[in-house]
Amino acid sequence: MTEKKQPQRNPVERILRMDRMPHIWCPGCGIGTVVTSFAEALRKEETDLDNIVVVSGIGCTGRVAGYMKLDSFHTTHGRAIPFATGLKLANPKTKIVVFSGDGDIAGIGGNHLIHAARRNMDMLVILVNNFNYAMTGGQVAATTPIDANASTAPFGNFEYPFNLPHLVASAGGTYIARWTALHLRRVTKSIQEALHRRGFSFIEVITPCTTLYARRNRLGDGLNLLKYYYDNSEIQHNADTKDLDITYQGKLIVGKFVDKEKPTFLDAMNQHLSKVLGDKYTPYGEVK
Amino acid sequence: MKKSKADPKGVLTGSHFMDGDYALAEGALAAGCRFFGGYPITPSTETAERFSERIPVVGGVFIQMEDELGSIASLIGAAWGGLKAMTVTSGPGFSLMQENIGLACMLETPLVIANVQRGGPSTGLPTLTSQQDMMQARWGSHGDYEIIALSPDSPQECFDMTIKAFNLSELFRVPVFVMTDECVGHMHEKVVIPPAEEIEIVERKWYKGPKDKYLPYKCDSDGIPFMVKTGQGYRFHITGLTHDERGYPLLNAECQKINVQHLIDKIKNNADKIIEMEEEQIDGAEVIVLSYGITSRVAFRAVQQARKEGIKTGTIRLITVWPFPEKKIEELAKKVKAIVVPEINAGQVFLEVDRCSRNKCKVVSVPHLGGWVHNPDDIFKAIKEAVK
Repeated sequence: MTEKKQPQRNPVERILRMDRMPHIWCPGCGIGTVVTSFAEALRKEETDLDNIVVVSGIGCTGRVAGYMKLDSFHTTHGRAIPFATGLKLANPKTKIVVFSGDGDIAGIGGNHLIHAARRNMDMLVILVNNFNYAMTGGQVAATTPIDANASTAPFGNFEYPFNLPHLVASAGGTYIARWTALHLRRVTKSIQEALHRRGFSFIEVITPCTTLYARRNRLGDGLNLLKYYYDNSEIQHNADTKDLDITYQGKLIVGKFVDKEKPTFLDAMNQHLSKVLGDKYTPYGEVK
Repeated sequence: MKKSKADPKGVLTGSHFMDGDYALAEGALAAGCRFFGGYPITPSTETAERFSERIPVVGGVFIQMEDELGSIASLIGAAWGGLKAMTVTSGPGFSLMQENIGLACMLETPLVIANVQRGGPSTGLPTLTSQQDMMQARWGSHGDYEIIALSPDSPQECFDMTIKAFNLSELFRVPVFVMTDECVGHMHEKVVIPPAEEIEIVERKWYKGPKDKYLPYKCDSDGIPFMVKTGQGYRFHITGLTHDERGYPLLNAECQKINVQHLIDKIKNNADKIIEMEEEQIDGAEVIVLSYGITSRVAFRAVQQARKEGIKTGTIRLITVWPFPEKKIEELAKKVKAIVVPEINAGQVFLEVDRCSRNKCKVVSVPHLGGWVHNPDDIFKAIKEAVK
């Protein structure tokens, strides 16, 4: 008699809320790819999943928190980073991952992004950049390349977009990488690396938004965009971040640009207050 | 409800001469608050300054955030990270916090916000008093929800009511506002801080059951769900979207009704337990002066004058402004000729008194648009006029 074959399970299933599947993302969307990389990184690193906290803001990528079988928070638009700041400071042993989109983190939440980087707040920010506000229907964003069409830039965008790695590097981020959804293994590896780091880590992942950005700009489907990434990405580790501007359908410089050590907010607080207050001060939280 | 005594580390037992802003910080520390995320704004800044100076030796974190949106977001995070959290602000900052006050209500997060009110709208009167944010405290964020707001009239009460605010926030898992004002904030008076063992603290309602059975929004018999903190293996999800017991989004009218009705009911159904007020010479009074915060101290003189002239004047001082003592006002309105409501705004709490009186008595607003307290004579004149 043959044994009844158990259906094969995807090894990342235990990291996902399978009871919430299917997810809301469109066919060809790149967010799921980044989620897979994240789950894969957690699995490969054999991370203590009880200790990982995911915080998302609002938008398509904002839904990530809801699909991770981890302590996870779906917060307000733009405020994932300060919410995460409170979570980290109240419970320093936890590893905080902010997972959200370009509109959420760099648009409405831009102020928090630069300040968390400035403080070297110990958290990993995974920013999924799809070049537009997708959840609301494809409006122009702070990341939309010049000339790209968006529903609120119907004649093409004429605003200069952010160069996000440069912004975060200038503000003080200590680990900065950029990849596209095509670079699945490299995204995974970057997340693996960042999970071990202390301080403000920032990974930008450029992803296809097929339903809105690609359709409006007649760029084809998800596969066409992956082809664009394939033909136009250039890996340049340690590239000068000021040279990382993105132009419409132009070259995409990817790689790891910054990886340096610097005391985190809590390290600096503990070191400074210990020095000034001496025995009166008991270092707070987890001290390296 | 689990009660305990205050942690002596945060309690500065003794008799002090301090202003209301400092007393807010001391009240928070005594209540066990160990996280403060703030942004400087006059006339509330002294609370943040005091907390930042005291917290390193008490043991906790002070962080000056980049703006008020960040402050309130950090508080909600800190509460879910397991700490008691507070911030202080004034009108413009309070406006900026409103969206995330809604998130705190939706996530049923205990936290305390003190609003040292100043004259508005806009930048208004940064250094001068008002009580113009009373309705904003009640309705400031979008959607339907209930909150709790207290109104101290002295530095001593800033201390006492901050502890009470923390206790109520833990009891009902709701943001609680300490609605003070510039006058009380900057007024120096005697503040007596009792020994730690005399301060009663309400503990957070921690979930203790099996980890895989935790449902973040399943109500206990008292109507309040249990809470957990991050990093304990519950692997829970919560969202500002309309959600079910699991904390999962469920976007339909049925779930919305259950979710939002719960946020309203947990406060409304417990209003009698929450509401506190001070009343004086109510029996047989022909007129009642109803006030709160600094205005009650100013009104006192007018009341004395009225009594001297033979007008039977009772007083009500609201300690809890929200939830509003609807039943009390309704009953009272049947017995008196008039209720006089002086407040440093164009007549905000007046609207509630007027509504609750159901036209059974005259309700007289004595507005003052801020910048200073009332002239007691104006209140006296209103009392006299009201009983004519």
